[in-house]
Amino acid sequence: MGSELQSWGRYPHVTEQREKSVTWASDSLPVPAEGGSLLPYGQGRSYGDSCLNAGGTLLTTARLDRFLGFDPATGVVRCESGVTLDAILRLVTWQGWFLPVTPGTKFVSVGGAIANDVHGKNHHQAGTFGRHVPRFELVRSDGSRRVCSPTENPDWYAATIGGLGLTGLITWADIHLRRMSNPYILQETIPFDNLDGFLSLARESEKDFDFTVAWVDSLGRGQSLGRGLFYRGNHAPPQFDALPLSRSHLSKRGGGLAVPFDMPGFALNRLSVAAFNWLYYHRQRGRASEGLIHYDPFFYPLDGVHRWNRIYGRRGFLQFQCVVPFTDAGVAATRDILDRSARSGMPSFLTVLKVFGDVPSPGWMSFPRRGLTLALDFANKGERTYTLLAELERVTRDAGGRLYPAKDSRMSAENFAAWYPERERFARYVDPAFSSSFWRRVNGAG
Amino acid sequence: MPPMMKKVLVLGATSAIAQATVRLLAARGASLYLVGRNAERLEAVAKDARTRGSAKVESEAVDLDDLAQHEALVERAATALGGLDGALLAHGILGDQKVAERSYTDTEKVLRTNFLSAVSLLTPLANRFEARKAGTLVVISSVAGDRGRQSNYVYGASKGALSVFLQGLRNRLARSGVAVVTVKPGFVDTPMTADLKKNALFASPETVARGMLRAADKGRNEVYLPGFWRLIMFIIRSIPEPLFKRMKL
Repeated sequence: MGSELQSWGRYPHVTEQREKSVTWASDSLPVPAEGGSLLPYGQGRSYGDSCLNAGGTLLTTARLDRFLGFDPATGVVRCESGVTLDAILRLVTWQGWFLPVTPGTKFVSVGGAIANDVHGKNHHQAGTFGRHVPRFELVRSDGSRRVCSPTENPDWYAATIGGLGLTGLITWADIHLRRMSNPYILQETIPFDNLDGFLSLARESEKDFDFTVAWVDSLGRGQSLGRGLFYRGNHAPPQFDALPLSRSHLSKRGGGLAVPFDMPGFALNRLSVAAFNWLYYHRQRGRASEGLIHYDPFFYPLDGVHRWNRIYGRRGFLQFQCVVPFTDAGVAATRDILDRSARSGMPSFLTVLKVFGDVPSPGWMSFPRRGLTLALDFANKGERTYTLLAELERVTRDAGGRLYPAKDSRMSAENFAAWYPERERFARYVDPAFSSSFWRRVNGAG
Repeated sequence: MPPMMKKVLVLGATSAIAQATVRLLAARGASLYLVGRNAERLEAVAKDARTRGSAKVESEAVDLDDLAQHEALVERAATALGGLDGALLAHGILGDQKVAERSYTDTEKVLRTNFLSAVSLLTPLANRFEARKAGTLVVISSVAGDRGRQSNYVYGASKGALSVFLQGLRNRLARSGVAVVTVKPGFVDTPMTADLKKNALFASPETVARGMLRAADKGRNEVYLPGFWRLIMFIIRSIPEPLFKRMKL
């Protein structure tokens, strides 16, 4: 039976794929009698083809979603790998704990967060998600099980964090949460006129703000190229809120809005993207502002609209996220990428810019490292889009940067080899029964 | 309206519907005695319930086809939790209709697990609750028990017999204030139905679990889950037998 499972960008579109549900951590892996390779699949929030396995089988983990323990004194939660960050938040926030690192959606699985070693608005202080995962269990297709930590099976630990699900199936993991005394964030929003404005805000905010990120107006050109809004914030102090934490602090949104069907291809065009970006920028009216905002809209603005990826229509969309060095060359490359995107006639709908800190990532294949990271997304317009992405890829390479596998569906095998020098060592830890569409592509095998 | 179940014996606790129900009960802080066949799986469900807020969780790996153990099992559960005020019977097998048609041994296995073992458990549970004049028995039957069909009448017969038994039990226990809730799910997306092709009629175990607890909270007698199955089964039951027997169902 063909699986309907796709990645979040819905490109590439894969049909000849099977799925098998993994329900129990204690079971051995369901190696399919028909043969073919295996790949764990959590919530399908990777954008490109790293969570796809054309011609093979996806091991779905949605039912591998039990909590195995939580110690409110130490803040360590142990859970199966299919548990979502959303489920963790529901369990822990009212007890005064929060995720140590969170990406821009809470609808990812713990296994996916480890396999992609995801990052968030606090990368400059906390590093990647994997840094806060002291232990996990890895099950291989040969039936072997390993508990991995920085001291037990350290090679397997470093290979699996950021290992794109290829080293085996993570059955459970420990996550070291961070203390939170208030579910609200004290947020400042500061407009900046261009990339230089962003850079000085980023520099001055790095020390005093746990969370920083910028939204960039993707249509800014010339003088206003790289203009946008800078967001920075910290969890509000306890005295801000006289009430003790309670379950009522949980988000009530639960997803009221949803995109019920695929929008037609013309809905997202140059005009609507321009209108959105213009309104978004001018909503701030050029002034800085400060306010309290619940963690939910602060961290997960798009989670309020279920299946928002449908606005891109059936053909889906492609993400581009690079990190370039925090140098003049890196800044010039960022400017070049923004400019090419703005001039392309198919500008990015949502453009996000952030400075990564120098906290080392624990995985051999982890993407983040010190530098400027820029994320753009493009509706899939076929060859035009692929050509633009190839240009942006070249600019990234020339500046000494690299791309993020979790968001990629186009990077060349040659660039991957150059960008991820640990890949040969990593390849020795890949489970012989595991593979992915991404892995075959970047190894020049389809 | 019966009081909320606070000390609950869950039979077949590793089934998908039972697990979803256990999560809801755990979030309410209920104490749970979990019974299933596989000790490792049971341990995972028990840890999950503890983490999600159960006041107390005990578990025991038992093969419920071994009817001789049932009375002692109920006793141990009551002792462990300091009494019982609710029980959920969620164990069951789908069986294979084609295999059962050729072998009475296989037919008997389905009847034993789905019907006889439930009766054997309900007997001491009902007597205990009747004596206390309180308690809630929530039992998962099936829409398949509403009418025999060629595609699954062995399973259907086991569930139909169970539904009739529950009717009688409810009638007997009504004056003691003991609630008997017959739950009739339609297609549910669980490992039990992993080999069936999924369609729009399939519900999630979470949907069924929520509906089941709502029915128990409200003291309902019989509930179809999701609710549209009440109408579907009404229509199916209304087809005259001379016509029905020629249909391919």
